[in-house]
Amino acid sequence: MSVARAERLVNLVLCLLSTRQYLPAERIRAIVAGYADAPTDEAFHRMFERDKNELRDLGIPLEFGSNRTIDAEDGYRIARRDYELGDIDLEPDEAAAVALAVRLWDSPELTGAAAGALLKLRAAGVDVDQGVPAVVEPKVRTTEPAFGPLLAAVQAGRAVRFDYRRPSPAELRTRTLEPWGVVSWRGRWYVVGHDRDRNAPRCFRLSRIAGDVRAFGRPGVVSRPPDVDLLEFVSASTGELPDTTTVRLWVAEHRAAGLRRRATVVGEQTIDDVPGDVIELELHHPDSAASWIAGYGEDALVLEPEVLRKTVHERLLAAAGGAR
Amino acid sequence: MTSAQDRLPRLLALVPYLIARPGVRVDEAAADFGVPARQLRKDLELLWMCGLPGYGPGDLIDLSFEGDTISVAFDAGMNRPLRLTGTEATALLVALNTLLEAPGVADADAVRRAAAKIEAAAGQAQPAGVAVGLGVREGETTARSRRVVQGALRAGHALRMTYYTASRDRITERTVDPMRMLIVEGRSYLEAWCRRAEAVRLFRLDRIDDVTELDEPAAPPPYAEQTDTSAGLFRERPDHEVAQLVLAPDARWVSEYYPVEKVTELDDGYLRVRMRYADESWMVRLLLGLGGDVTVEEPTALAHGLRDRARRALSRAGQLAVTP
Repeated sequence: MSVARAERLVNLVLCLLSTRQYLPAERIRAIVAGYADAPTDEAFHRMFERDKNELRDLGIPLEFGSNRTIDAEDGYRIARRDYELGDIDLEPDEAAAVALAVRLWDSPELTGAAAGALLKLRAAGVDVDQGVPAVVEPKVRTTEPAFGPLLAAVQAGRAVRFDYRRPSPAELRTRTLEPWGVVSWRGRWYVVGHDRDRNAPRCFRLSRIAGDVRAFGRPGVVSRPPDVDLLEFVSASTGELPDTTTVRLWVAEHRAAGLRRRATVVGEQTIDDVPGDVIELELHHPDSAASWIAGYGEDALVLEPEVLRKTVHERLLAAAGGAR
Repeated sequence: MTSAQDRLPRLLALVPYLIARPGVRVDEAAADFGVPARQLRKDLELLWMCGLPGYGPGDLIDLSFEGDTISVAFDAGMNRPLRLTGTEATALLVALNTLLEAPGVADADAVRRAAAKIEAAAGQAQPAGVAVGLGVREGETTARSRRVVQGALRAGHALRMTYYTASRDRITERTVDPMRMLIVEGRSYLEAWCRRAEAVRLFRLDRIDDVTELDEPAAPPPYAEQTDTSAGLFRERPDHEVAQLVLAPDARWVSEYYPVEKVTELDDGYLRVRMRYADESWMVRLLLGLGGDVTVEEPTALAHGLRDRARRALSRAGQLAVTP
C-alpha cells in the first residue's frame, strides 16, 4: 500500500468517525485529503470503491444511509459505538492466558487473526507479554489447503462444492455442502454441514478433499442450526473407543519391547527352540491391534483369541506372498 | 498477509495504543507491534500528516516526541482501537477454550476470566465457524508422568526417566533437562535436552514408562533451541531412506498419518507415495502390519526383508501349532 493511499484511508476513517451526518461521496471527495488527486469522476469512483472495500475487509462498520432532511443525498458514516472495541482490562494472569492462546495456532489464517486481536487488545491498554514461557504449550495446526476456503465460506454463509475421496469402498465424488463450521478433533480437521445430496448433516475430513473448494450462491444463505454442537457432532461421527479385550501372546526373549511395556508376563515358553514369555495384554483398538502385533513378525505370536490369531496370520500370509 | 496489508490495521491501532501508554519508548512500541523501530517511526510520521477535514494545525493528529519516547497531544477522535472482527474473536476465543481442555495448561480460572472479558468487549463479534477439541486421551501412567514432569518444570529440576523409543522398539533410561511441554495434534510431549543423545528431543508423554524428579537443576545448554512445530514434528534428514509404496484403499490412512511426498492417484482408490523413514526396523514393522494392503516398489532390499520376515513369522507360528 502506497503512503498516499494509507494516508487517505486514515483520513477517511477519521472524517467518517467525526461526522453524525451521512456524507455523500461527492462531499467526501471535496473534503477528505487525498481524493483531490483523482483526475476524473470515473477515477474517483474507482478509487472510492476500492477504499470502501478495504475498510469493510478490515471490519470497519461503514454505514450507508440518508439524512432526515428534504432532498438529502445518501451518504456514508461510521458509527463510533460500532467501530470501537469495548472497554477491557486484564489482570496479569488473564493476560498470560491470552499470550498462550495467541501462540496456539500454527495456521496462516488463524495465526494472523489472533495477532490482529492481540494488536487491538494492546491498543486498548492491555499489557500482554509474549515472552513468558508456559509450562505446557498446546499447538493446533492447519495445513490442509481446504481450510482457508472452507472457513471463508462458513463465515460468509455460502454453500460449497468439493471433490471428496472416500477410502473404503474407494470412491471420488463431488459433494455439495452447506458448511456450518470447521472442526479440529484430535489433531484432524473436519468440515461439518448439511449435505445437500444426502439431505442430512454430515462431516468430512479435510485431508480427503481433492482439489479446490468452490463456494457458490448468495452469502448469508447458510447458517448453523442453533441446536448443533459442532464438536459433539464430529466426535460422535468419528467413533469412540470400542470395548477392551484381553489377549494372550508369546513374545521372544528380549524382543518386542513395545508390546511388553503394556503387558503382564504370565508364563514362559520355548517355541521353535527360541525362549520367550507368555504375556497378557489389554487392547483398546482390536482392529489396529492386529497390524501392531503382525508388525513384530516372528517375535510375537498370538495365542488367543482365535479371531485375532487368524487376522494376524492373514496379514503375514499376504506380506509373505506380496513381493515374490 | 503482506506487510503492506498489515499497515492500515497498525496505523489505526497506534494512536489508541500511545494514548493508553503516555511516554512509551519507540523501541518498546515497535516490539509490541512486531515491527522494526524504523518502520514504527515511518508510521508515526505518516499519522502526523493525517487528521480531520480542514487539515489545519488544530485538526491534525499531534504527537510529541521527547528523546526516545512518544505521547499523543491530539488524537483527532481516534482514541479507541477498532473492534475485533469475527475471525479475530474466533481465533482468540476458540484458542482460550482449547487451553481449558488441555491437561495441565495454565490456570483454568484465569483463562475463563480472560475469555469472559474478551467476549464482553468483542460485542457482536462472537466466535463462529471454528471449533477445536484436543481430545487428549490420558491413561493413569501418563497422567502421573505429566504431574511429575510439570513439577520438575516448575521447580527447574532435571528428570530421570524410562522411555520407550517406538522407532527402535527399545526401552532406555535417560536423564533429561526439561524445557517445556507441548500438546501437538492431540498428543502431549515433553521437550527436553537429552544428556544421552546430547540434543533436544521431544518425548511423548504416553511413552514414558517411569519418571522421577531429580534433586539437581535442569541445565539445558544455552544453544538448546525449542523445536519449531509449525511444519509438523517429523524432521527430514539427508540420511533418511525413501521407500516407494503402493497403498490399497484400506491403507490410505498411512498417507494421512505419516508425511509422504509425490502422491499419485492410481485406479480403484490405490495410491502411490514416497515415504521417508529414519529406521528400517520401524518401517518393516509398519509395513508388515499392513499385510497385503501395501506393495513395496522401492527399495528392493526393503521388499525382500519384509517378505522374509513374514515367512519366518509364518514358519514359527506353524511350530506353535505343533508345540504341546
